[in-house]
Amino acid sequence: MNKFNVLDLWYSSPLVTLVVTGLVLLVLEGFRRKSQRMAFGVSAAGIIIAIGLTIVTYGENQPAFNNTFLQGTFGSFFSFVFLAAGLLSLILSREYLERLNIHRTEYYALVIFAIVGMMLMASAIDLVVLFLGVELMSLCLYVLAGFMRTRVTSNESALKYFLLGAFVTGFLLYGIALLYGTTGTTNLVTIGKNFEAYSGNAVFLLGVGMVMMGLSFKIAAAPFHLWAPDVYEGAPTSVTGFMSTAAKAAAFAAFITVFLRTFEFAGTKVSEILAILAAVSMMIGNIAAIAQNNVKRMLAYSSVAHAGYMLTGIAAGNEEGQIGIMFYLAAYVFMNLGAFSIVSLVEGQNDTRLSFDDYSGLSKQQPLLAALMSVFMFSLAGIPPLAGFFGKYYVFLAAVKADLTWLAILGVLTSLISVYYYLRLVVLMYFRDGEAQVAAKPSLGTIVAISLAAFLVLQLGLYPSLVVNIARGGF
Amino acid sequence: MLESYIPIFMMLGAAALFGLVMVKLNEWLGPRRPSAEKLSTYESGMEPVRTARERFSIKFYMVAVLFIIFDIEVVFLYPWAVAFNELGMMGFVTMFVFILILLVGYFYVWRKGALEWD
Amino acid sequence: MIELESYLLLSAITFVIGVIGVLTRRNAIIVFMSIELMLNSVNLTLVAFSAFLGDPTGQMLVFFVMTVAAAEAAVGLAIIIALFRNKQTLNIDEINILKW
Repeated sequence: MNKFNVLDLWYSSPLVTLVVTGLVLLVLEGFRRKSQRMAFGVSAAGIIIAIGLTIVTYGENQPAFNNTFLQGTFGSFFSFVFLAAGLLSLILSREYLERLNIHRTEYYALVIFAIVGMMLMASAIDLVVLFLGVELMSLCLYVLAGFMRTRVTSNESALKYFLLGAFVTGFLLYGIALLYGTTGTTNLVTIGKNFEAYSGNAVFLLGVGMVMMGLSFKIAAAPFHLWAPDVYEGAPTSVTGFMSTAAKAAAFAAFITVFLRTFEFAGTKVSEILAILAAVSMMIGNIAAIAQNNVKRMLAYSSVAHAGYMLTGIAAGNEEGQIGIMFYLAAYVFMNLGAFSIVSLVEGQNDTRLSFDDYSGLSKQQPLLAALMSVFMFSLAGIPPLAGFFGKYYVFLAAVKADLTWLAILGVLTSLISVYYYLRLVVLMYFRDGEAQVAAKPSLGTIVAISLAAFLVLQLGLYPSLVVNIARGGF
Repeated sequence: MLESYIPIFMMLGAAALFGLVMVKLNEWLGPRRPSAEKLSTYESGMEPVRTARERFSIKFYMVAVLFIIFDIEVVFLYPWAVAFNELGMMGFVTMFVFILILLVGYFYVWRKGALEWD
Repeated sequence: MIELESYLLLSAITFVIGVIGVLTRRNAIIVFMSIELMLNSVNLTLVAFSAFLGDPTGQMLVFFVMTVAAAEAAVGLAIIIALFRNKQTLNIDEINILKW
């Protein structure tokens, strides 16, 4: 039996830091009302320390906690993405929350604990820890989606997310139980070593299918995407931004851990199913997005489409696919977070000013914001030389290498469709006269944070090898 | 396989028969003098006040939710207590941390006033 | 001695009952109870496998599932109450401001 090792705490130090931060926030809220301003400082400090520790422990390849937790390059990379997304989203959501009167310490605590869950998902090498990570993240997100207690849309969004999420959790768990039953262990490394022995077992494949279903729900891939548009629309916009970026990245981390690092399904029926999921997501996401008139819903369907592009990399099942998804996610986090933050700036009270028309003529009143929004839209559409283009380029290249050329072609074609609805917003902002205005003047900090996100999108597009090398394991 | 169930079915049959016989015997032998008092709902000796089909105060809900959360955490204490001797000092410290985290939650709930009845 | 298959069959049946409950019932609370049924049937599978394999991991996972289910119950009930306060209904067909 393995004994507990104090070094384990060092390997998981970013995680421990965040847990402590979350607990401090709860105590803080217990001691004094109106602790929101302090809460922001505490959580930002906690996240920054955690980022520092992630850099120091980067790629620490020692399994910890009885072989259930492995930081590694993979875990470190994703921890970095989650922490950066969390920090950026906290900075960007503060004013929005104040404006909507839901600025509470609990918001910060929930975001912090959600990040803890995400990091567990990315660093898990055991199905038990993976499951706990998924649940910790999901529970926090359910509450965050319904954070605006007095608004019916927010309630509805939370209820739908919760009921469907819990339903799918049942399937994920049943899948895990079947995998455990056929392999006799929950350790993914052990399962991966003996993969050949199980790959023909029907019960094992049933378990794989159920786990695939559970994780497809979390990444919002069609046909398990039905919750996404409603939940994204009803949740407070700052939460939607966080949910659609960090949570998607976490779900993909779990997906990669199970389907690329553990199982070797490349070229089998399972990878065909994954390819079909990817194809369906790309088509449904992009076609449904055209018909939307609400910007949040449009971005929700676009996130379904992006899940499809990224799934292409998993269907390819090769190293390039994994690196491609990791790059794509890093880029996606910044571009989508930026886009949602601008949506949250334009949004008025009670779900107003969310339609496309509310953006017409924005460039006249807010030239900087319109320019930034255009950068994010161009990047989401995958127009070079922005980061979104290289994300797609890498995953499609991986698909071609894995003899899935049809999927890559479909991806390019559906990307062309997506250009229409992304550019529609840009056209409205620049070439249409209108009274578009932001709900409240954004502070300097917000502007700087959004600009930073846009800068990163540009930077990742100009020097994609930077992130690719980090994902590969070197600096 | 199926034969092993036969004793269970026999047991079920005997139990059903015994119960039925006892109830019928009671009905047949016992005296029947109903009164309003006897026919009313049994409430552990208290007099029933109103119908039970009512909305409850939200306070009960708060208590119930807190009870679920803190009650279920005890589930971890049982295996820990059973294996306490083998786990040694490290097990003790780990559980201490676990309880500490629970206490933070309790502290939060308490300070937020969720435990106050009024 | 009852065989492993019997336990697995029982848990598969209860799981399917839970799934059908989620798909057909319209009251949010009952949908939620069906989800709990699904989770508990998984627990049965895990305990059966654990006993069959002579490996305690499955039983340990059951403890985690129980706590997660409790946390889910707390969060879920809170969400349902919040919605009921604003909307006075628990029928999920009437919860339709956001189009499916």
